[in-house]
Amino acid sequence: MEDKPREERHHSRGNSSTNARRSGASGGRGGADRTSGAGGSTFTRREALKTLTLASFATVGLTMTGCQNSPENPANNPFGEGVSPEDLEMWNRSFFTEHEFETVRQLTNMIIPADERSGNAEEAGVPEFIDFMMLDRPGNQTPIRGGLNWLDAQCRKQFGGNFVDCTEEQKHAMLEQIAWPEDAEPGMEPGVRFFNRMRDLTASGFWSSETGIDDIGYIGNMATSWDGCSDEACEHVGVSYEES
Amino acid sequence: MYIQQGTKEYDVAIVGSGAGGGMAAKVLAESGADVVMLEAGPWFDSEEFAMFKWPYESPRRGASIPEQEFGEFDACYGGFNLEGEPYTTAPGTNFAWFRARMLGGRTNHWGRISLRFGPEDFKARSVDGHGDDWPISYEDIKPYYDRLDREIGIFGTNEGIYNEPGGIFQPPPKPRCYELKVKEACDRMGIPCIPSRLSILTKPLNGRAACHYCSQCNRSCSTHSNFSTPSVLLPPALETGNLEIINHAMVREVLTDGNGRATGLSYVHKPDKKEYQVKARIVVLAASACESARLLLNSKSAQHPNGLANSSDTVGKYLMDSTGTSVAGIFPQLFDMPAHNEDGVGGMHLYMPWWLQQANTDFPRGYHTEIWGGRGMPSYGFMGGIQNYNGMFGDGDGGEREKGGGGYGQQLKEDYRRFYGSVIGFSGRGESIAYEDNYCEIDPDTVDQWGIPVLRFHYNWSEEEYKQVRHMQLTYRELIEEMGGTILGGDMPSREQGYGITAPGQIIHEVGVTRMGEDPSSSVVNEYGQAHDVDNLFVVDGGPFVSQPHKNPTWTILALSMRASEYMVEQRNQGNL
Repeated sequence: MEDKPREERHHSRGNSSTNARRSGASGGRGGADRTSGAGGSTFTRREALKTLTLASFATVGLTMTGCQNSPENPANNPFGEGVSPEDLEMWNRSFFTEHEFETVRQLTNMIIPADERSGNAEEAGVPEFIDFMMLDRPGNQTPIRGGLNWLDAQCRKQFGGNFVDCTEEQKHAMLEQIAWPEDAEPGMEPGVRFFNRMRDLTASGFWSSETGIDDIGYIGNMATSWDGCSDEACEHVGVSYEES
Repeated sequence: MYIQQGTKEYDVAIVGSGAGGGMAAKVLAESGADVVMLEAGPWFDSEEFAMFKWPYESPRRGASIPEQEFGEFDACYGGFNLEGEPYTTAPGTNFAWFRARMLGGRTNHWGRISLRFGPEDFKARSVDGHGDDWPISYEDIKPYYDRLDREIGIFGTNEGIYNEPGGIFQPPPKPRCYELKVKEACDRMGIPCIPSRLSILTKPLNGRAACHYCSQCNRSCSTHSNFSTPSVLLPPALETGNLEIINHAMVREVLTDGNGRATGLSYVHKPDKKEYQVKARIVVLAASACESARLLLNSKSAQHPNGLANSSDTVGKYLMDSTGTSVAGIFPQLFDMPAHNEDGVGGMHLYMPWWLQQANTDFPRGYHTEIWGGRGMPSYGFMGGIQNYNGMFGDGDGGEREKGGGGYGQQLKEDYRRFYGSVIGFSGRGESIAYEDNYCEIDPDTVDQWGIPVLRFHYNWSEEEYKQVRHMQLTYRELIEEMGGTILGGDMPSREQGYGITAPGQIIHEVGVTRMGEDPSSSVVNEYGQAHDVDNLFVVDGGPFVSQPHKNPTWTILALSMRASEYMVEQRNQGNL
């Protein structure tokens, strides 16, 4: 597959059914994350990317149908009013090629899969977050891009195809070699380093999303009174306010 | 370049709007003086910042940006590297210089830890022979601390510890549960662990609301419940109608007349890049310790060939920063904690004051210990490096793990949930000794983007500081073990690794470079911050500090600036200035 920047591909795609489920990465309290109706033209960048990646999963070399910014939604903004125009402009650009983005999407979903409590990394907007952080922190670019290429080279060597072309078993076999720093074989160090970075970026993106914050049980960021930690928490820790 | 000369002569011109400048502006404006304040950065309104923002309201989830080194939601615009404003360090030495560029300066950044300097802190040379005594005692400054407590507000408890004087405290917040765990272990080890003393209101005060416990003091506070100058000191100063603030004003030099007295300031106005001058009868420097020293050294004239107020050749010398090191542990008792609100105030609810005054330690002076941890709001960097510890604790169901740390998939997802909030860390902040050899000077080869010569730093820790930090490391490691935790980050750093000591400057407590004293041949200013050489020139930031006890400097900068500013008012009323 030829790598093309996805720069111009952010906007609407016809297949709205794949966008019906809103990601939990942002929105609710930010207020501006809108999901389009069928055939609508107000997909967010993230949703457009998700459509794209799902489509590209099945179809190699698809072409886009052009940019359809509507006047009432000049730029995709899932963040609300507080975001700066510069950040929004960067958000609406992309760093990864289509192939890289698809690899990142699959990797992050393997790092944080869905379970009964919350969705996977993709549903929390992690791939788009990582893409943004490549532009925001250019120091990420070579290690991550290089790591993705290292991963593909290893997969071709071991399994005869790039990571995304491997079977699920092969993908797991690959990650088993780089996801456990202490158990990794000599020669796997670049992959270990890369995967440590990906794990950290995925955790940053997932747990700081609305989905992740709900899942992890952070309670706060609100006006309240303070009368110490809950009895339940104190009991868990084995302390009490009476004794102190 | 054309110089735009103002025709107006102010009573007072103040450089900088942080703790020292903000207090001077309030005292002088309220006394009826006509005051102009020059601030190198933009305006700032704490009511319009990032309080209550969720990380997902920004694409970078709270990560730092070059203009906000402590994160995009941190209220302080500044950092150790400012574009177009370099500084240099002499070979073989090290100094990290944090500068804020905004209304309120570093009062927008600090941790609100407000510890009074104690009786021994002002007379440390008499106690242990190192450094110098201050020309004032605790009794001289106590009334000003008392007034800060009443007027600005602080919580804490009076513990009766001689060199940790109490104050007029609002009630402290109850400890968090993990802090109680720390206190239990401290009790067993004989280390005091007491309520922290932070300038955050737990009761309404002077029209300001009590804290609402969102834990985001570092984002400023839209209800003015914590202290920063734009939130607390500048509004009443502006209300008098006697204070004019000029933002984006980068001061180049202090102007003097043929008699060597200060006549005003010359500055670059950043938006139009033009040079302006303001005239004033009194010039007050509060640009931050090193920035004020830089201004003096750059203000050379026939009367002051060595730089202004520098006949003693002391400007720039005796630079100090606090020592620091941190050790963290992970605690199985905190795994799988029930979800609960642990925000509290912005910062620790308990801390450990220095407790070995009478002991035979192998180093002079002491340190205090700050406690951190808990279930903070996830944002960029959340639980980074989990592969370093998640392999140590089985699979969560009492079983063994097939492999070590790291991983991916369902087990990893559960690890994040399980370990969230189970790390507790300890950070020491210690006193360093003032040495003449630790100093800043003008780098003859380098200018900033406005053509102003920059500072070159010379700083090395001495053996005393290394020994002190070694003591911190040993103490925190013992404490973590006493609490049943596992130390993170491996073995204790060796002597070659400096025992993990922070680089000079990194604790952002830089003080001492325009030190006060009775003797004009060995100090720059008198006890009121008044230059020995120039009677209408004052320094009211951290520069006049003779020593830097382990206690965070802001509260003492405020007290000294209040005292100096009231002296100015008194001298003005007597016609002396």
